[in-house]
Amino acid sequence: MLNIIWLLLIGTSVVFGIINHQIDAVLAAVTSSAKAAFELVLGLAGIMVFWLGLMRIAETCGLVRLIAKMLRPVLVRLFPEVPAEHPAMGEMVMNMSANMLGLLNAATPFGLRAMQALETLNPYPGVATNPMCLFLAINTSSIQLIPVTAIAYLAAGGAIHPTDVIASGLLASICSTVAAIVAIKMLVRLRCFNKVYP
Amino acid sequence: MSTVLFLLFVVGIPLYGTYKKINVFNAFIDGAKQGFETSIAIVPHLVAMLVAIGMLRASGFFDSIQHVLGPFLQKIGMPIDVLPLALMRPFSGSAANGILVDIIHQHGGNAYVSYLAATIMGSTETTFYVIAVYFGVVNIRFTRHAIPAGLIADFVGIVASVIVCSYLFGYLR
Repeated sequence: MLNIIWLLLIGTSVVFGIINHQIDAVLAAVTSSAKAAFELVLGLAGIMVFWLGLMRIAETCGLVRLIAKMLRPVLVRLFPEVPAEHPAMGEMVMNMSANMLGLLNAATPFGLRAMQALETLNPYPGVATNPMCLFLAINTSSIQLIPVTAIAYLAAGGAIHPTDVIASGLLASICSTVAAIVAIKMLVRLRCFNKVYP
Repeated sequence: MSTVLFLLFVVGIPLYGTYKKINVFNAFIDGAKQGFETSIAIVPHLVAMLVAIGMLRASGFFDSIQHVLGPFLQKIGMPIDVLPLALMRPFSGSAANGILVDIIHQHGGNAYVSYLAATIMGSTETTFYVIAVYFGVVNIRFTRHAIPAGLIADFVGIVASVIVCSYLFGYLR
């Protein structure tokens, strides 16, 4: 996928560069951008290292478990098809809690185990169940409590108040998560998503 | 407000960790190591994306697009600079990351566009990648309404980011 997009980006720039008589600038951009990319990483690394170190302290303190405790009652209500004590529920709760804190590396193993646990409840292997679709939709729209990378990037760019992005990220991601839940609950009623599979 | 929040993180988290009887320094180093590895790991992706985007910008492509889409984007309050980010986000996290870094590099950390781009990054996800990986482990072939719902959520996330940022960071414009 990315393969085609990347090729397309480069192809388009050459074509537009020729049309706009900017081909020299396009070629100059290759060297300057490659150089800038590495310099950016150098500026970024220190801040990234600091924030991820700080987040690891929060993680060891049991911050993920604290959020999981608050999330559980909400999830039990959102997933009526999954028994409250089923392992899938626990894995989903942990995945979403880690996701909300931006701990992507911690979230993925929980998420994959949640999918495997949900599969044990699946009467038609190979076909996604309603809880699976809802889980993924919430996962891909995850509410962000602390957008660590975004803060780090802004700080590296010289932002005076990089943590301001916490408020805007939180509000916007609440909107997208609500949209995800509503979309799932509406789309599931459409016949095209409920036809009988072989 | 922002200063308080910052202090809360930098002082609050280590203090709370100490209260919980954790060796905060070791925990910090442990996480920091991972941060360093992540930073190094993104170099190839960043170079690939920044070169492609840099070429595209130099070619005048965005100026041409601006003529076509500009009035429409202006109406919904979305600067043209964040358009590539919005388009790339569902497909590739590392590519979107590269674009975000590029936007902040071009406009500076205090620009309205930078805050908007960072907000969009936080409120959307690499939908296609997540769906491929998560359904992949359990061999799901019929994904039903998962992809449309994920894309709707991404779209709403982008629109919400534009609205929220125009309220919160409008003074930066």
